[in-house]
Parts: sequence; C-alpha cells; structure tokens
Amino acid sequence: MSSKYETVIGLEVHVQLDTETKVFCGCRNAFGAEPNTQVCPVCLGQPGVLPVLNKKAFEFAIKVAFALNCQVQKIIKFDRKNYYYPDLPKNYQISQYDMPIAYNGKLNVSDEAGKVREIGVTRAHLEEDAGKLIHDLSAPFSYVDLNRTGTPLLEIVSEPEIQSPEEAYHYLVTLKQIVKYLGVSDCNMEEGSLRCDANISLREEGAKELGVKVEIKNLNSFKAVRDSLLHEEERQEDLLDEGGTIKQETRLWNDSKNVTVSMRTKEGAQDYRYFPDPDLVPFEVEQETIREMKADIPELPEAKRKRFTKEYALDESDIEVLIAEKDTADFYEQVAAKAGDAKAACNWIKGEVMMHMNDRGTDIKGLGLDPENLARIIKMAVKGTISGLSAKEVLKANLETGEDPVKIVKEKSLEQVSDEGTLDEAVTKVIEGNERSVNDFKSGKENALSFLVGQVMKETRGKANPKLAGEMLRKKIAETR
Amino acid sequence: MENTGKNIITKETVEYVARLSRLSLDESETDRFRGQLEGILDYIEQLKEVDTEGTLPTTHVLPSMKNVFREDKLTPSLSNDDALANAPSKKDGFFKVPRVIKD
Repeated sequence: MSSKYETVIGLEVHVQLDTETKVFCGCRNAFGAEPNTQVCPVCLGQPGVLPVLNKKAFEFAIKVAFALNCQVQKIIKFDRKNYYYPDLPKNYQISQYDMPIAYNGKLNVSDEAGKVREIGVTRAHLEEDAGKLIHDLSAPFSYVDLNRTGTPLLEIVSEPEIQSPEEAYHYLVTLKQIVKYLGVSDCNMEEGSLRCDANISLREEGAKELGVKVEIKNLNSFKAVRDSLLHEEERQEDLLDEGGTIKQETRLWNDSKNVTVSMRTKEGAQDYRYFPDPDLVPFEVEQETIREMKADIPELPEAKRKRFTKEYALDESDIEVLIAEKDTADFYEQVAAKAGDAKAACNWIKGEVMMHMNDRGTDIKGLGLDPENLARIIKMAVKGTISGLSAKEVLKANLETGEDPVKIVKEKSLEQVSDEGTLDEAVTKVIEGNERSVNDFKSGKENALSFLVGQVMKETRGKANPKLAGEMLRKKIAETR
Repeated sequence: MENTGKNIITKETVEYVARLSRLSLDESETDRFRGQLEGILDYIEQLKEVDTEGTLPTTHVLPSMKNVFREDKLTPSLSNDDALANAPSKKDGFFKVPRVIKD
C-alpha cells in the first residue's frame, strides 16, 4: 500500500455451534449425512410448527460473548429476516436484528512480530443456518439438501478497525483459537463450520469518513481472506488513482484465478423486512446462567501464553506451537509435570509426537498417547537409561500397542549400554574396520569422531551410551598412536 | 415520516412488495391489494391515537412468558421419503428446483 490511502476492513464470521441437535428442533446437528435425512417439520418450515430454542446453543453463544469481552444483552429476542431462496424453506431466517445476544466486545490481535492491537467486536448474534444447494451444471436444475437448515450459527461482526489484510488474517486466527478453546465449535472451514465474509474500503490518509465498501464472499480459507483483501486493496487503489469511483457491491473471490469478480446484483435492493418472531418468546439471561457460563470458560490463549512464559522457560515460538490447540497445551502441561523437565517435554511434543500426529492425520486426542507413558519415555531418555534413538523406538511401539514403555524397553532390551566391558568389543571392532576415519581423527578432524560414534551405535543397535562410546573411542585411538 | 393514511400505498408499492414475495399480480389484484393495504395503514393511524406514554414497546404478545427452552436432546427426524413426500419435484433424495445461479 502506498501511504496515500488507508485500508479499512471489517469481518463477518459465521461459526456453527457444535451442539448435539439443531437450534430450534431436535434433529441431529452433524455434517455429512445422506441428503434430507436430518430434517423434521420444524426445520422443513411446515405450517403450524413451533420452534423452541436449544438451551445449549444459547449458552454456547453467551460463553463466546464473554470470551470476546462483550456485553450480554439483558433481554434477547429473535426476529424474522425475510428473503426468498430455495435453501430457506420458511422464506425467512430466524435471526436477531436489533437486540443481539452480545455487543460491544474486543479482541486482542497480535501480528507475527507479537505486536498487539485491540479490534472491536460490534456484535454477535444467534441465528439458524440455511440449507445447501448443489447446482446441476448440465441441466437447469439445483438440488436442495436441508440437513444443514437450523444448524445453530453465531455471527460475529467486527468493527471496521482492521487495518490490513495481514491483520484480518491474524484476527481470524485469534478468533478461531478462542472459539476452539471454548469447545463450542470445531471451526472446520472445509466443512463450513467457520465461514467468513470481508468488507473493505479505502480512504485518503487521515480522512474521517469511510470510503465506499466492497463486500467479498466465497472465502474458503484464511489464506483466501488475506489474498482476496490484498487483491481488492490493490484494485481499489488503482481505480482511485485513475480518478475512478468505487461501486458499493458484492464481489466473489475466485481462488484459482486470484481475483475478485463482481457478483451480478440482484433485482432491487435487499429488503429483509425484519420483525419480531412471534413463535419465540423473549429471553432474559439469568444471573445464574451468567455465573455458570463465566465459570465454564477455560484459560484462554492470551492468558495461557503469559503463564507459559512465566512458568516454563521456553522460546516464544515453542509456546505458540504448544498453545495453538488447547488439548495440546493441556497434554504438554501433564507431560512436563510428570517428566519433571519442561524443555524436554516441549521438544518431544513438537518433534516426535507432532510427527506421529501428522503421519496419522490426527490431533493429540486422536493419537491416544497417555501423557504418563510419554513422561516415562522422556525420563528414561533424560536419565540415559535409553538412548534418544531407542526412546523414539519406544514411543513408536507404545503408540502401536499401548504397552508400558518400561516393559517395552525390557522386552526389546533397549537399555543403553553404559558399561565399558560390554562396549569394548564394539569399539574395538569399529576402530579396526574404519581405518580412514580413525586416521582422519588422528590428524585433527574432530567430526570424524561423530562418524565413529555413529558406527558404534549401529553396531550396538542404538543401545550404546553415545557419550561413553565417544570417550572410549578417544582413549583407544590415543593408545594406538 | 408523517402518515396521513391516504394514498401512501401506490401501485408501485404493491408491485414492489409483491416482487419481494415472488408473487405475480394482475392489474385488478394490484388495485384490490392497494386498497386493502391502505386500509391497514388507516387502522395503524387510529392506533396511534392511543396514549402510550410510559408503556414499554411490546415485542411479544405474551409479555409474562420468557425463557422457553428445550434441552439439547435428539428427537427422531423424518425419513427421506417422508421429508420429500409433498415435494413437486425430487431427485436422489434431494428437492429439485429450477437452477438458481447462472454459469
């Protein structure tokens, strides 16, 4: 961006709440079922039915409200947002117009360099999701699946205070992390449980008035949000530089072509004719609910980051890796306490454990690793009972069989050999068989020794104590001089 | 906006509201509804005469009833056959409608 303009971005995020059932009926709330098998008269919009609010969805929304430092509305009502589209069987969506559950919040967003800026959260309101349309490309038809209809959705709207595409990206990362910590949504963008629309406008540096905004839709990843905003920033800047004007419109992001394209405007302006939904009575948030929900909020990433920095002597980047997911952070703390070595626990988790998670395409829970078992392995490795190489082997075996690491070490006789008598044979053999490296070492090449230690490790199938092997090699080579 | 209740609803207003509701009206219907909608506004005008000083806005007709929840418990859904039973057009378990996006 040139210094002539400043960028103003606002984000609308839709989060599907991970309740067992839908927001206004008892149908299952789950992704991926056969079409139109999780539907009932209520979510199909049949006449004469009565929607009743899911208490869990309401509580989840309140939890998010507190986590985003929002005020919670005392009296909450639902409104009908009227529009006609085949994914909306009632021809209106139950949403919230002028009395959203939460308003006036804020989110501390930090950039890559760790600089923190506060972004306002205008409001968060509860509504029902619409169905899904599949368009036939060879015939003039669309197919409607209403399983998703009635999924509880929390729309979280930011203030237009985000200053760059990069900051928009970090806002989303921060928001997603908090929502996942709360355990109210899996925030899986591929499955649509987190969706985002972006608004962007440019104004002359220092201007008070906001410029004309463009809304961008069809954003399927955080990267797409950032890339589309970068593209749109540039497009608007070029247009303004040429003396043109920005048209207020909705543009669709084309991921493969890396451009935004104007969406053909619908006939006439949007006119949703909101009015209070007479099917739903008002809701008053009781003090007890407020207390319960506040008590139920776990330590959030920001606080965890601070505490980890204080309690464990770890690098900032290590802490970010550990706290990215709450379950990983919890797992880490258990292992660190049991193993009595915070640094080793960190190295093991971000190294071997995450490698196994990636290999299996799962998270820490899915890996099924008992923190107690990992702690035992780490303790044996730190103490020198087993070599680092053997420790990795024990972890692998434990993940496959679930067997006690101590028992695995015994069964595979992986105990590190720290006895000179036992190692003597291997050391002698290596010296005899690697004359060139021995001579290299004699002539002053220190790293030839690492090679020889490696050979001893190989000879002993990873069981030799490498430190001892090194010392013995030095001694023996010196003797043959 | 001050509402006199007379000639607020024009032919264009009726056509606009009909379009929002995806209704196509003929000339006589448009005229009939224009009169009826005008009548509703007249009635609202009458209501405006009531003294509402000190009365909170009503968002629901049952002001004493609040916090009606259901627990997050599964209830049986319809079978796919039942769900689609009244659909005028269907295919492979889906409702089938005229295509709503252009290529």
